[in-house]
Amino acid sequence: MIQCKTSKEISGMGHSMKRKEDDRFIHGKGNYTDDVKLPGTLYMDIVRSPYAYAKIKNIDSSEALKIPGVLAVVTGKDLEQYNLHWMPTLMSDTQMVLPVDTVMYQAQEVAAVIATEKYIARDAREAVKVEYEVMKPVVDPFKSLDADAPILRTDKPDKKDNHIWHWEVGQKEETEKIFQEAEVTVKEQMHIPRIHVASIETCGCVASYDKVDNHLTMYMTTQAPHAIRTVFALVAGHVGLTEEKIRVISPDIGGGFGGKVPVYPGYVIAIAASFLIGKPVKWIEDRSENLQADSFARDYHITAELAGTKDGKILATRMKVLADHGYTDASANPSKFPTGMFSIGTGSYDYPNAFMEADAVYTNKPPGGVAYRCSFRVTEAVHAIERITDRFALEIGKDPAALRFQNFIKKEQFPYHSPTGWEYDSGDYEAGLKLAMKGVDYDNLRIEQAEKRKKGELMGIGLSTFTEIVGAGPSKDFDILGIKMFDSAEIRVHPTGKAIARFGTKSQGQGHETTYAQIIAEELGIPAKDIQIEEGDTDTAPYGLGTYASRSTPTAGAAAVMAARKLRDKAKKIAAYLLEVSEDDLEWEPGKFSVKGAPEKSKTIQEIIFASYTNHPQGMEAGFEATHYYDPPNLTFPSGAYICVVDIDSDTFEIKVRRFVAIDDAGHIINPMIAQGQVHGGLTQGIAPAMYEELIYDDDGNILNGTLMDYLVPTAVESPSWETGHTVTPSPHHPIGAKGIGESPTVGAPPAIANAIVDALKPYGITHLDIPITPYKIFKALKEKGVLDKNIVES
Amino acid sequence: MIPSSFDYTAPSSLDEALKLLHDLGDDAKILAGGHSLIPMMKLRFAEPEHLIDLNNIPGLSYLKIEGGMLKIGAMTREVETEESVEVAVHFPIFADVAKLIADPQVRNFGTLGGNLAHGDAANDQPAVMLALNASVEIAGLDGRRTVGIDDFFYGFYSTAVQEGEILTEILIPIPTGRSGNAYHKVERKVGDYATGGVAVHLELDEQGICTKAGIGLTNVNPTPLRAVRSEAALVGTSLDVDAIASAAQYASEDCNPSSDLRGDIDYKRHIIRAVTKKMINKAKQRAFKN
Ligand SMILES: Cc1cc2nc3c(=O)[nH]c(=O)nc-3n(C[C@H](O)[C@H](O)[C@H](O)COP(=O)(O)OP(=O)(O)OC[C@H]3O[C@@H](n4cnc5c(N)ncnc54)[C@H](O)[C@@H]3O)c2cc1C
Repeated sequence: MIQCKTSKEISGMGHSMKRKEDDRFIHGKGNYTDDVKLPGTLYMDIVRSPYAYAKIKNIDSSEALKIPGVLAVVTGKDLEQYNLHWMPTLMSDTQMVLPVDTVMYQAQEVAAVIATEKYIARDAREAVKVEYEVMKPVVDPFKSLDADAPILRTDKPDKKDNHIWHWEVGQKEETEKIFQEAEVTVKEQMHIPRIHVASIETCGCVASYDKVDNHLTMYMTTQAPHAIRTVFALVAGHVGLTEEKIRVISPDIGGGFGGKVPVYPGYVIAIAASFLIGKPVKWIEDRSENLQADSFARDYHITAELAGTKDGKILATRMKVLADHGYTDASANPSKFPTGMFSIGTGSYDYPNAFMEADAVYTNKPPGGVAYRCSFRVTEAVHAIERITDRFALEIGKDPAALRFQNFIKKEQFPYHSPTGWEYDSGDYEAGLKLAMKGVDYDNLRIEQAEKRKKGELMGIGLSTFTEIVGAGPSKDFDILGIKMFDSAEIRVHPTGKAIARFGTKSQGQGHETTYAQIIAEELGIPAKDIQIEEGDTDTAPYGLGTYASRSTPTAGAAAVMAARKLRDKAKKIAAYLLEVSEDDLEWEPGKFSVKGAPEKSKTIQEIIFASYTNHPQGMEAGFEATHYYDPPNLTFPSGAYICVVDIDSDTFEIKVRRFVAIDDAGHIINPMIAQGQVHGGLTQGIAPAMYEELIYDDDGNILNGTLMDYLVPTAVESPSWETGHTVTPSPHHPIGAKGIGESPTVGAPPAIANAIVDALKPYGITHLDIPITPYKIFKALKEKGVLDKNIVES
Repeated sequence: MIPSSFDYTAPSSLDEALKLLHDLGDDAKILAGGHSLIPMMKLRFAEPEHLIDLNNIPGLSYLKIEGGMLKIGAMTREVETEESVEVAVHFPIFADVAKLIADPQVRNFGTLGGNLAHGDAANDQPAVMLALNASVEIAGLDGRRTVGIDDFFYGFYSTAVQEGEILTEILIPIPTGRSGNAYHKVERKVGDYATGGVAVHLELDEQGICTKAGIGLTNVNPTPLRAVRSEAALVGTSLDVDAIASAAQYASEDCNPSSDLRGDIDYKRHIIRAVTKKMINKAKQRAFKN
């Protein structure tokens, strides 16, 4: 169990303190971007392309401009005059703000209507007439490099094909050799589907440009306000909007999950419109626009291979990726590797050789590649490794749990150097899997399964024992436009002992207002309830890189610790002065310093803080404030052992997740209740791609499920009753040994579910199914194998 | 998701509503629960110039048993049939079906009348009404008429409710002897329209021989479909395994599903066969419990 060093009154680490922000949300008093109401606001709506690939012959705005209340229709040609029609992506590619002559995907922005009311703007949108010359798009990434495929990026004079980049890592020759000589090799072609974060709040902004002060205030749904401010300054500096003239405010956010990291064209158009008209311009996407046009996640086609011995020792893996990036590489990836953390693909297992390579291509689909609730591309890697590991177990007829125990990196091997170049900080994978197996009663489940198979019933058990890689990141490997991936905390304690602390991160539901306060409470002994947390305003918060990739606790959380420790050092000096002893004679317990051997002689932290304003030692700076910028020495490596049990109806193939046991190890836990909530949410977003979600395109590049009628986001009804638990293996390099928890479940759950379903279908000779695995997909697979109406009974 | 502009009136009597409907002609649409109509308006698939809201008209929402009939007022909300103990005695199928219609928010507002009048083969109540052999009362300025459910569904979004008319009541005969009914649909997730759904109603004599069978299919035909051969395959049998298997087989052969994201034609036929079998068994079980 979790040991707390502080009292409940202080509520430092380990207390399941209720979330401070929830009062606001429960009372409907959240303040989201769409709640921002400024006098004179104009509304923007966006005309979008019905075609995936087309030349724009003409845009006729005349009818739209006749509608009373319509002020302007902005096109790419208008932006071109200010050189604002293209913008850079984080991957040094370029993306259109508005097209001048060609649209590259269905639902791409074509023009923007500005009107006095949102209803008028929507009517005007319908009235804008665009003439297109439709072209045959590139939809299938496997065909994008064919000799007869049209070259999509004709805006790049040197581009002779649709290839974006090639990347590789690992021991190519050694791996090759092992595969040639190995007793057993297995191989599966997998697709990690294109999905969407589908957060409840869509994206939007209020761009408010003041012509007199030449100052822009930008209220927007962003997970990274500071980085965005810098990007805006880089894009619009040439028209006079330099960085000190821009204030980005990210109010409450209704779910981000990586989808609110990118700069979308709508933001830039709204700024341009406000800049030209001199009034606030509000743009709020609707649900379909969000789903169809905003950044996708995943979409990796992976050939995964594994080589090993007959008795189960894994010797090497090989993975080859084809990445479909849409028409530009707009991945939200701040690492120096184009595939982000994909190279974690050796997972929790110990073997000396691996080789991974990837090629990225352009297609006529929306750009993106956001890290949907994960560290850039770790989800793709974990799925491949956990699936192919099970495939190997199936091949040699070994229990997948036993196979994992045989190959785990052992506790003593940390820090562990992986063959692809990572240094895992700590872990105890055996302990996690043992706990999960005990929780689910693994051995009896296998007995039950054998019984069921004798009756022809379909029951499956699936494991996933994954390693996450979070907390981007160390400055040697990570930056955004050259800015290193540190994060920051600034603590200001008022004379009466209450505090405000500001951060460079931005909560979107993670509970920062509570957990950061608990971290500071732990270090300073000031009750967490007395510490107000603020994020999201670039004019007040210290510079930081934002919240995604489970980085807030590893970076800004660590910054909070370091800043608080600076204050505790100062407090010690003041206490020594007040108690007239030397610092060495003092002892700290949460909330007070006392004299060693004379505990009645003490000063509370509140007394010390008051003294820092009223009675501080000569020569010491007055006040009680500290700031810290934390550059993490390494990433943190949380892990998990998940076991999923499914029952499949043998007539309709409806899948029921009967049980799901999730044991996570995120090091020291700040708030167990919040951590558990994060796991519940993350697991639900894990069943999403495993069983429901995928953005589907036809051969003409039309999206077939661009609304929530057909893009199937699971709900509480689809979610089983999650059974969670944890082991605690602290990170040795993080000041409070915390690792990050928000994303592990989304990363670890899909392969556990896929493995369970494939396990259920084992008697039918199924070795792999791509996610999302639906009843329809099972039907097709059984039909293809010719076993559809056979009731296979195992003896 | 913003509809084009429209006018709105909420009359307080049926006569007033009928008159308005008559005067405004096909520019006007009836608004009941709004949970089919308003989504279509938001997507601008429907752009009526005038909405006539029935929600302020008293006396259109009720469940009553009268003259051997269960009578359901057109404005009765889905949730009311879901929760009615009285209805459940003879018609547990209403709890089955309501639980599979969308989510509680939709069921709190969506009406049974609207569910039928919308004329969508993807809606679930039509198949149930086919199985239960319901009839529908329709009011116009010249009076009321009753239409059997088999004559009600004309085509895609088109029913026997003509311009200027309002559906007022649904009538379902109450079985006198032993009976059982059940509904299930395969859906991709909660709130989804059916990949395929099957409603079954059975009546048995004292010997357990099937005297009446009603089977309705959801979303596997341009209009809600009665599985005529399947019904015939059950009547006169003791509902033995073979009879059930042929009824299920006929249903899968006689439906006309189309291929879409929910599945191809083969899959849907497979689903219809599996669910028909399951629902006949479930209805039979319920009949024997009665
Ligand atoms: C998210 C969602 C999921 C859904 N899922 C399902 C589902 O799984 N299964 C299902 O069956 N339904 C589903 N529905 C539809 C829901 O059941 C609707 O409520 C129902 O189809 C229509 O009833 P209503 O009262 O809302 O009608 P409205 O939407 O008000 O009207 C529908 C149509 O019928 C006409 N109309 C309504 N009442 C009358 C009347 N008394 N006389 C003449 N014309 C009339 C209207 O003019 C309109 O054309 C879903 C709806 C939503 C929003």
